[in-house]
Amino acid sequence: MSQKQILGERIVEESPRDDLIRRERFPHIWCPGCGLGTLLKCYVEAVAASNIPIDKHVIVSGIGCTGRIAGYVRLDSYHVTHGRPIAFAEGMKIVRPDLEVTVISGDGDLVTIGGNHFIHAVRRNVDINVFLVNNFIYGMTGNQMGSTTPLGAKSSTSPYGCPESPFNLPLLTAALGAPFVARWTTLHVRQLADAMKRALQVKGFAFIEIISSCPVGFGSYNDLREGKDYIKLFLENCIVDHSADLNKVGITLRPGEPIILGNFVDREVPTYHELELELFRKAGWLK
Amino acid sequence: MSLKLVREPINKHLQKVPLGIVHVIPERCKECGFCIDLCPKDVLAVGEERNIKGYRWPKIADGKAMECIACKMCEWICPEFAIFVVEVDRGEYV
Amino acid sequence: MSGELKLLKPGTHFMMGNIACAEAALIAGCGFYAGYPITPSNEIAEHMSRRMPQLGRHFIQMEDEIGSIVAVCGASAAGVKAMTATSGPGFSLMMETIGLSAMLELPCVIVNVQRAGPSTGIPTFVGQGDVMQARWGSHGDYELVVYAPSTVQEFFDLTIEAFNTSEWLRIPVIVLSDEVVGHMYGRLQVPEYDKIKIIDRKRYSGPREGYLPYSSETLVPPFVAAGDGYRIHMTGLTHDERGYPSLEIEDSHKLVERLVMKVRKNAKNLWKYETLYLDDADIVVVTFGITARSTEEAVGRARSEGLKAGMIKLLTLWPFPEDPVRVASQYARRMLVAEINMGQLIHPVREVAECPVAGINYPVGYVPPPEYILDGIRAAV
Repeated sequence: MSQKQILGERIVEESPRDDLIRRERFPHIWCPGCGLGTLLKCYVEAVAASNIPIDKHVIVSGIGCTGRIAGYVRLDSYHVTHGRPIAFAEGMKIVRPDLEVTVISGDGDLVTIGGNHFIHAVRRNVDINVFLVNNFIYGMTGNQMGSTTPLGAKSSTSPYGCPESPFNLPLLTAALGAPFVARWTTLHVRQLADAMKRALQVKGFAFIEIISSCPVGFGSYNDLREGKDYIKLFLENCIVDHSADLNKVGITLRPGEPIILGNFVDREVPTYHELELELFRKAGWLK
Repeated sequence: MSLKLVREPINKHLQKVPLGIVHVIPERCKECGFCIDLCPKDVLAVGEERNIKGYRWPKIADGKAMECIACKMCEWICPEFAIFVVEVDRGEYV
Repeated sequence: MSGELKLLKPGTHFMMGNIACAEAALIAGCGFYAGYPITPSNEIAEHMSRRMPQLGRHFIQMEDEIGSIVAVCGASAAGVKAMTATSGPGFSLMMETIGLSAMLELPCVIVNVQRAGPSTGIPTFVGQGDVMQARWGSHGDYELVVYAPSTVQEFFDLTIEAFNTSEWLRIPVIVLSDEVVGHMYGRLQVPEYDKIKIIDRKRYSGPREGYLPYSSETLVPPFVAAGDGYRIHMTGLTHDERGYPSLEIEDSHKLVERLVMKVRKNAKNLWKYETLYLDDADIVVVTFGITARSTEEAVGRARSEGLKAGMIKLLTLWPFPEDPVRVASQYARRMLVAEINMGQLIHPVREVAECPVAGINYPVGYVPPPEYILDGIRAAV
């Protein structure tokens, strides 16, 4: 048997997952060290691994750096207005329950301006997946503070430190009754991909908060100037605890205070669609 | 390896350490360094050549070509879809 | 599917305007209604909440008007005819999303049952103050179609027309009604179903290779729904023919021009209006909505006084029916625009009229009695 040699890295022009990304638009606009590319990889792996036909996957996103993800994934993708992807996804899913609708958007988009749509969609338990990317800031518009910016963190609109406390998103979403609530970082690639795979199967509002590195944005205001600073932050402070007390999983980013990750909630809750069927029965449309 | 074996596993000769060949798409790389920092075997290093945007894509560090164990951490973590690993049979390579 | 199709039966009915609108939407094939309670449009939502499940169609009450119109766009993107109904304050909230509907070219119908404004105004009283907003409310360049019914029958007919126009041109279409037309009871003739023209959006079913969702080959590109297998990308960002965001000058020019030309080039086909005593009219009153009912009476009385008055009742407000108004102004000495606001429709009238134009404006909240309009006609003599 002839022995082959590896002479170094092989230079190629295509990656195996290029069938699920709009490769003609790569390299994408996100900064070096941004976690969005990584979670895009986790998402397309989850899509490929799901037993749902690829053509039935739909992604809806809003405005912001994360929102651009719709333009990079080779699925039916809708890039709508700021704060509204969840309402758009609800309209779509209600009329086409056979579609697997996933909203991937940022913290500013989904729970700041879009907060109202967020809480009602969880309450209704419409069968959509919502992957909220939390970089603690409004990245695309120049790093203004948002509803997940930690108390005291700097931003372009909080030069003296943010005077507001941020949302504790897993607590909020679980309290609203969501059937699936998880939090991972863009460093925890395999757990994140697995959580996404589970979310695609969950019936009802499946929520994942994805903490993402943002060295050029949030990081430049808060001493996390390079990707490796985020790797250090995540490696040193992240604790995985699936049964954590959600009252205590708020993120402060203060030295020594943990970032708690895990698949916190996974339960069965009647979905909007099941409840809507009751209307059809009572109205005489279904027997 | 500092693992002290209490007894010799009877199928030890059948255990194979995976081997991977790293593939890179230079034009996509943005020199973020994640792959280099997170490789558990330190197989990757900053390359010498620059792509059209001026970023240096990763190369296999000197002498490390056979150290890649195809864990694919680089492939998963790369935000640019610029690097992936193909697993091959270690027995076929020197 | 079970049960026979339960639509309003062909024949003569006597019903409330808002209900006629809802039933018209059902006949037009509306498969999704999302709305938020607001007086004086609530009867539409309430009726839809009862009727949609009977037909296996979807009704949802959203958390606000923004959620409502956005959900309507989502349903439209999935290929379903969708609608919402609101009034002034809710209409204002929907403006950004009207732009999204225009940019993504997602057909949808928005019914605005106007009430007295501005702001909260008088929720239970009539107004006609949203004429300009219906056309220009959203930011940037786009064109849409606005219909204005003045009777229960017109509310029914124009709602079906709104769905058809929206599907044909892939634009948002507004039915600009008002509180009186919405709440009045009137006679409604429903034609045999095969006599009712229903238009569905043209769909693309060709190969995926080389498909351009926003091709400017035609004014209205054929539609592809989510889940059809084309992996399309729709974005509110200015985009090229592939649908991808673009900063190129040619893409911005091609796209924005086409969005506007879709309506402008078809304007003449979209003009709907009725005239009364126009042939030899010296004084022409241009009006719409409930004011047209009063004007009809006023013009009749004017004629019996020997005044050569005539009327144009606009059923399409936008694109503005320039030709009929201009032609009428060429033979008239004076043109009057009667509306329950401080002067909105008068602007496009003045733009095209070749005779002096004045307004007959009545305090917001109340229908001008025929005598008031007649006074305006007499004053113009």
